Amino acid sequence: MSNGIIIRTQDLARSFGTVRAVDGITFEVDSGTVFGFLGPNGSGKTTTIRLLLGLLEPTGGRAEVLGADTMRDGDAIRQRCGALLENTGLYERLSAEENLDFYGRVWHLSAAERAARIRELLSGLNLWERRTETVANWSRGMKQKLAVARALLHRPQLVFLDEPTAGLDPVAAAALLEELDQLVHQQGVTVFLTTHNLNEAEKMCERVAVIHQGRLISIGSPDELRLRQGGGRLEIVGRGFTEGVLAALRQRAEVKAVSQENQHLVLELAGEVDTAPLVQILVAHGVQIDEVRKGKASLEEVFLELVKE
Amino acid sequence: MLTDIFTIIQKEMKEILLQRGSRRAGMLNMLLMVGVFGIFIPLQSASMWFDSPLFPIMWSWMPVFMTTWLVADAVAGERERHTLETLLASRLSDRAIYLGKLGAAVLYGFGMALTNLLVAAVTVNLIRFSADGLRFYPLDLFLALLVFTVLACGLLAGAGVLISLRAATARQAYQRLSIVLLALWLPLILGMQFLPASWKEALSRLFAGASASGILLIVSLVLLAIDAALVAAGLARFKRARLVIE
Repeated sequence: MSNGIIIRTQDLARSFGTVRAVDGITFEVDSGTVFGFLGPNGSGKTTTIRLLLGLLEPTGGRAEVLGADTMRDGDAIRQRCGALLENTGLYERLSAEENLDFYGRVWHLSAAERAARIRELLSGLNLWERRTETVANWSRGMKQKLAVARALLHRPQLVFLDEPTAGLDPVAAAALLEELDQLVHQQGVTVFLTTHNLNEAEKMCERVAVIHQGRLISIGSPDELRLRQGGGRLEIVGRGFTEGVLAALRQRAEVKAVSQENQHLVLELAGEVDTAPLVQILVAHGVQIDEVRKGKASLEEVFLELVKE
Repeated sequence: MLTDIFTIIQKEMKEILLQRGSRRAGMLNMLLMVGVFGIFIPLQSASMWFDSPLFPIMWSWMPVFMTTWLVADAVAGERERHTLETLLASRLSDRAIYLGKLGAAVLYGFGMALTNLLVAAVTVNLIRFSADGLRFYPLDLFLALLVFTVLACGLLAGAGVLISLRAATARQAYQRLSIVLLALWLPLILGMQFLPASWKEALSRLFAGASASGILLIVSLVLLAIDAALVAAGLARFKRARLVIE
């Protein structure tokens, strides 16, 4: 394994009875990056994390994390990783400080280290003032933040975050992501982030992989995924969109799809293409153009397209 | 590994203290037990507490049964509260987690039993000092009781954690453990009732001839064997790959 690659899987698979939860996935994650693992509910994201952490044994293929085989060296992997799994995993009867102190002891941090690190992380997440409160009384957003702090407590090289903003309102989710982004960059850790929130993946991830029904269906940077799926689009606001002009546009090779609603025409394009000829067709057919917007499909649209396929 | 076991024990103890909502409520619950088994019952038995070994034997380890809920909660409770997987995703070994949970239940039960024995001794001395002078348990009985209590706690904790491993919720684990305990005790008690008179007499003679501490030690040896089997079974069963998917 090269120094730059922190996770490498080869045909990794896991079945539960007849269900193939993870079906022969192969991918690599570079060190020091935020890697997004996208997929709808039940697509195999959580099972993949469990496999990578050595919590589950694969039924096929193999995986290496931090240079260690997940089948043989699960303990060594978990030693150097942090994880926020499906649930926050916080002890609700204990205070925030007690929760972190317990996990600090688990990772053999000295008393002084624990105190300093707890202060650093809780202050960074604006939770320091409330450290002595019982976690049970906290909001979901605060619990998620505390769970992120716990995952980073022992300065792991790699952190698995399984849908860290699930169940949070948009404001709390945005705040958590911002704080998480700052922390991740300050600490310089590699993040394996699973989510079905594509906006957050687009904001945070250098590379993303899309998993559906246990299979990896696409991998690359968000831009690469957009490009691969066509990606470009042209939006025209105006009047006079006749059947004739729509038919003329549909005949063009660079136009994948045409949709029109009232005074709004959207052309889905096959990649990065020159749009001037398309505008000329519109003008030639007497369309009165008020506005032309050239844009990219969002990652969400790319994702929906991939999953539909 | 000892550090890891101790870390788990420490966390479990904190949770035990807080399981009634607050530290104060947890402390009150413990004080209530000491009040009943360490003060009230010894007060009723007065000097008989030291004269008949049956009293301390019977009452001092009653709190052991109070650990039933704790051991039922050990794994099933963590699973129910969704804290188990995070613990399993940490650097702790399966063995350290299992032994930590077992250790916490044993330590709690033993701690309560020892406290009750000592408080009972103080209580009886306070009310009987003028008549009987300063008294304590015969040393052999006291030591045998301590050994017996640790092993009895180990039995309950070992069986409890095993049952807890297979239960979906702490309540289910508690119910199953209670049924197992009942199934163990009921035949013993009923069997004694229906024993032929000649057998009862023979048993009485046997026990009358032996010292209480001697009997306790024999029972302790049996318990030790059962405890060892339960711990071995628990260690074999406590595997994160199984726990994660159950």
